[in-house]
Amino acid sequence: MNLRRSPVATTLLLLGAAYCLLPVLWVLIASSKSAGELFSTFTLAPSVHLFDNIAELSGYRDGLYWRWMANTALYAGIGAGVSTLISAMAGYALAKFEFRGKSFVFNVILAGVLVPGVILAIPQYLLLAKVGMTNTYWAVLLPSFISPYGIYLARIFAAASVPTEILEASRIDGAGDWRTFGRVVLPMMRTGLVTVFLFQFVAIWNNFMLPYIMLGDDKLYPITVGLSGLLNQGASQPAMYTSVVTGALLSIIPLIALFLTLQRYWQVDLAAGGVKA
Amino acid sequence: MSLITPTRISTPAPAAPAVARKARRGGVPYAFLAPALVLFVLFLAAPIGYAGYLSLRKVKVSGLGLGSKSRTEVWAGLSNYARSLSDPDFLPSVGRVAAYGVIVVPTMLGLALLFALLLDANRTRESVGKFSRVAIFLPYAVPAVVASLLWGFLYLPRVSPFADAFEAAGFAAPNILSSSGTLWAVANIAVWGGTGFNMIVIYTALRAVPTSLYESARIDGASELSIAWRIKIPIVMPSLVMTFVFSLIATLQVFAEPMTLKPLSNTISTTWTPLMKVYRDAFVRNDIYAAAATSVIIALATFILSFGFLKLVGRRAFNQED
Repeated sequence: MNLRRSPVATTLLLLGAAYCLLPVLWVLIASSKSAGELFSTFTLAPSVHLFDNIAELSGYRDGLYWRWMANTALYAGIGAGVSTLISAMAGYALAKFEFRGKSFVFNVILAGVLVPGVILAIPQYLLLAKVGMTNTYWAVLLPSFISPYGIYLARIFAAASVPTEILEASRIDGAGDWRTFGRVVLPMMRTGLVTVFLFQFVAIWNNFMLPYIMLGDDKLYPITVGLSGLLNQGASQPAMYTSVVTGALLSIIPLIALFLTLQRYWQVDLAAGGVKA
Repeated sequence: MSLITPTRISTPAPAAPAVARKARRGGVPYAFLAPALVLFVLFLAAPIGYAGYLSLRKVKVSGLGLGSKSRTEVWAGLSNYARSLSDPDFLPSVGRVAAYGVIVVPTMLGLALLFALLLDANRTRESVGKFSRVAIFLPYAVPAVVASLLWGFLYLPRVSPFADAFEAAGFAAPNILSSSGTLWAVANIAVWGGTGFNMIVIYTALRAVPTSLYESARIDGASELSIAWRIKIPIVMPSLVMTFVFSLIATLQVFAEPMTLKPLSNTISTTWTPLMKVYRDAFVRNDIYAAAATSVIIALATFILSFGFLKLVGRRAFNQED
């Protein structure tokens, strides 16, 4: 296709890109400023204190910030990993088996997709409190293991990418159902499962309300709750703002790196549910 | 999955009676579904049921209210709902979220559709298209808390580059964190964070359309604009419907953004959105019954709005097969 280039299209796209990059550019510049410069020098004038700021942030209560980062990686990594496996199993069952109650189960899971997640946070808290599990890693991990949307996506991927003949062949070879699942089904669904994993990983990484409600001990905080707390402290000690800004910058680097490297898995068609990778 | 098992595969499967094998297979789908179903019941169904139950209960204090025996939980009928709905903080918070949704959803989806169409029309240099696509998608990688924090600082008159620009031009800088600006301040964060993801969804749907569909229209001399309006938008309508529903659900749950902006602005109250009120009732006032009732109201409103919308547009959601 050899179309005339349109300056209007170019301008609009670049304006959109500028709008989206502005806060990221700002945090990059602001985290290089000292506490005194943050509110006094020109907004977009960089300074030279980035490493001092990182050192100060790292020194905050014996490296609590890095503990928050590690917690976030743990919540998002384990949560998304387990959730993807559970979704793959359920999606495979819904796509490739006939059984009583199948359409009921599927409809219940679909309704689950539309349940606003954070409405659940308070009753989840009260129920976990009854068994003494609030304020533990489990309080954040367990609710993130179930993802109706992940199951819905996995069902579509299984239906589209696992041919029934191959399942038959595997059965004739005498492979058990779990073996077939592990050796045949999972590898075939791989591309789709990466998408399910990424969705859930980002959802957990970005989640605020659930850990905010569940956790009291700041050693268990993920980065979102930790930074929100730091910002609150900044209201009384403005010197903290430098650490808040530096912390914000460092916290978005891992996800941005993940996005740029796994870009092709983000070609998601919500309506059809398929991945065009 | 050990490496020892293959030896068993090479030996022919014992000639098990076909009936027994089929019966065994009958349980297999349930085994695969079991973890999902157990977690679904524990962390979705049970909390919803428990919230419904709590919303109908209250604490009755007998005597002086001292000692554990004097406080008992009793049925409350619909009194928690009446209390929630008549709470002077509730209706204003609903109004704010409604106004917020009216700003955010059309702006975000409109921009997402515009950018997706521009990318799909392929009328910029390839590098510009690629760069813009990544840049506009990037905010999706930024948690709402961090996004609110970044914008929150950019809104502060002492930091904002816009305030500098206004002053350089000789105007007084508008204070976006004033009471009239807060709604826009929060809405902007949501638009910033959500446009890119929706753009990618719509763009993916556009890429799935065979270009031959537009070629003949182009040969007939149709402009890119009319191709977009008459061919492309109708084709991606199912994606637009789904992004609309998901945006609606996210809008009604707005929580992290105003909670994060709160320390930077004194115009955001503890009941600024309905969900913030739920949080306050549950954890500040220790009134879990009112919190449960308000949760149920928000959940019902979400269901009515999202299902109502799907019915209205008359499309089958989630391409169900059967």
